[in-house]
Amino acid sequence: MTTTVASAAEDTLTIGGRDFRSRLMVGTGKYPDNETMIRAIEASGAEMVTVAVRRIDLDREKEEGILHHLSPDRYFLLANTAGCYTADEAIRYARLARAAGFNEWLKLEVIGDEKTLLPDTAATLEAARVLVKEGFKIMAYTNDDLIMALRLEDAGCVSVMPLASPIGSGLGLVNPYYIREIKARCEVPIIVDAGVGTASDACLTMEQGVDGVLMNTAIAAAEDPVAMAEAMRLSIRAGRLAWRAGRMEKREVAVPSSPVRGLLD
Amino acid sequence: MTKITDREATVRVHLNGKERDIPDDLTVGGVLHFLELDPRLVVVEHNREILDRARFDAVKVGEGDRLELVHFVGGG
Repeated sequence: MTTTVASAAEDTLTIGGRDFRSRLMVGTGKYPDNETMIRAIEASGAEMVTVAVRRIDLDREKEEGILHHLSPDRYFLLANTAGCYTADEAIRYARLARAAGFNEWLKLEVIGDEKTLLPDTAATLEAARVLVKEGFKIMAYTNDDLIMALRLEDAGCVSVMPLASPIGSGLGLVNPYYIREIKARCEVPIIVDAGVGTASDACLTMEQGVDGVLMNTAIAAAEDPVAMAEAMRLSIRAGRLAWRAGRMEKREVAVPSSPVRGLLD
Repeated sequence: MTKITDREATVRVHLNGKERDIPDDLTVGGVLHFLELDPRLVVVEHNREILDRARFDAVKVGEGDRLELVHFVGGG
């Protein structure tokens, strides 16, 4: 079977019954300003963008929510439960997010440790079970742990999102073997979430065969977020194409590319 | 339980984690208007219960009520 660049254009990602053309999902936090955020998201080509639920700051002169800048008609909003440390908190935030009236999707994350921001996967699973019953489409942020990925899938999550490395760390893909194993064993789409630092990290992650990558800081904290967003768009596509193309086998000895016959005496 | 002040009747409510005096006899929709917030972009939790937007103008806010007004902000 030959895979062409043209056919890759129809390489649709389906999550929870919804089709996406882009395999890059982006966050909306930590940008220097809203205009840069909007331009970066446009350059990234992402369709799904994450947002957080927070109290309105009533003491500020003019506190504007993100929807003053980001059109919910143009982008598919994925609310997160960032900042939650217990299942109950995450469930509360999830219900608030759904009440905003855009969709019933949720990026579920329950953090277990302030220093590493690593997920509390037991609490995540507990919250996922409750929220799936309530009709939420859960994309669950989790560790690069196969067993927990399988449990979250069993619980009815529409996607499992193992980390590449800790949130905001930019350390890149620290455990490609575990990520490949999760992809091989789960049926739901695997979206690697968190830890990507630059374009090569994103490409390498996609080359593991995962379905997509979600990132925020790598773009928002780049010196030029718009340029980095473009780089990420290309690297996600390059990584996806490379994976579909099927890479050559690695060898520990050199094999000449040019004919060894016909050399002059 | 309405507390009367010199000029205007107010109630003290727990609003986004702070004690705050607001005019008496307001609905949730009235509170949002008083705070100059667009009701389409706000999610309201009233006494720990999420309030359907369609009920904003029906539910009265009374002394000691707890209101959480949240919205979407940038996040990853």
